[in-house]
Amino acid sequence: MIWEVFRQEREGQPLQHGGSLEAPNREFAEAYAVEFYGRRHESVALWVVPREAIVEIAEPYVADVFDRDYRRVDGYSLKVKLREARERAGTA
Amino acid sequence: MLERMTDEDFRAHVQGGGQVETGDAMPEDYRRALIKFIEMHGNSELMGVLPEREWILRAPTLQRKLALTAKVQDEVGHGQLIYRVVEDLGKPRDACFDDLIAGKTKFHNVFHYPTKTWGDVGVIAWLVDAAAIISQKALLKCSYAPYARIMKKICWEESFHILHGRDVVLTMMTGTDEQRDLVQEALDRWWGPLMQFHGNPIPAEHDPMYEWRIKSQGNEEARQQFLDGYVPQIWELGLTVPDPALRKDEETGVWHYTEPDWDELKWVVTGHGPATERRLGLRRASREETAWVRRAVLADAA
Repeated sequence: MIWEVFRQEREGQPLQHGGSLEAPNREFAEAYAVEFYGRRHESVALWVVPREAIVEIAEPYVADVFDRDYRRVDGYSLKVKLREARERAGTA
Repeated sequence: MLERMTDEDFRAHVQGGGQVETGDAMPEDYRRALIKFIEMHGNSELMGVLPEREWILRAPTLQRKLALTAKVQDEVGHGQLIYRVVEDLGKPRDACFDDLIAGKTKFHNVFHYPTKTWGDVGVIAWLVDAAAIISQKALLKCSYAPYARIMKKICWEESFHILHGRDVVLTMMTGTDEQRDLVQEALDRWWGPLMQFHGNPIPAEHDPMYEWRIKSQGNEEARQQFLDGYVPQIWELGLTVPDPALRKDEETGVWHYTEPDWDELKWVVTGHGPATERRLGLRRASREETAWVRRAVLADAA
């Protein structure tokens, strides 16, 4: 059985995929994860997840059928408007 | 996820810095090249522990014994991570072990040689590991992402090993004349294999491992980096590098050296090194002797 290992290097950081391991059950998976990814205190947290439990999404975005720039940072350009507003207020 | 594409498009993808994940479609040639390369790396981790294992009982202090034991444990751990990547590419771990002990697959040239004295242990832990980490750092950019990810952890531990090796060498160099002689003699023995370590200087663009961006640098580039980083460190300790032709061209920054013995390299890595048979024999015996443990443990887990 294949297990995917996610590890956190420091508290507050995201858990990131570290690698995978083969183990016959959960007990072994936990022991191997500690042995391979925690021996030198390099991880503060470890997740082991059975590979088959992971759902991979083929297209992890909403297709841009319409103009959806109002959902994105680049949909808002404040620079020109801000300059104009400051000029109008006399604070430029 | 990468959909199936032509070999040409795939090549353009990896050459443009694109990466590949386990479930992605990939050309058979790429998969085969990956297995060959990564399996050889796994074999080297596993065979690389044997020269050090031989010294655990003979190490001069308890601290050194513990450090060597920890290092052996690290290298075996690297082997575990690496063989796992190979398994996902389609070759089971048992098949890797079978091929290794049958002499069908390769491991690094430096692990085919005996370790004569404690001086060898220091030189190996410092300079062999230094040469290895140069190759390994170039794998952080490997086009096969699962391999690149585990290299991050492996490189981190390897830098620690170099520190250990340097400490062993510095302790001896600040000790007695006899200790200094042991280091010099070991350097004399290991210089040849060290210069062969990164392989013959074929141009990167003719190296299939580079073409697929499994490696991100050519062999000679790696060797130059090794010389540039470590020859000054060797010299500053008063050690002599056993190559009268070795010098750096200050204008071009290129190191010149006597042509390494490529025939020896080829002969040694195809299973004819002075310690090859003995070490493979040990690997074979330990696999047989520990078979009952695996059987017992797995039966209980099932």
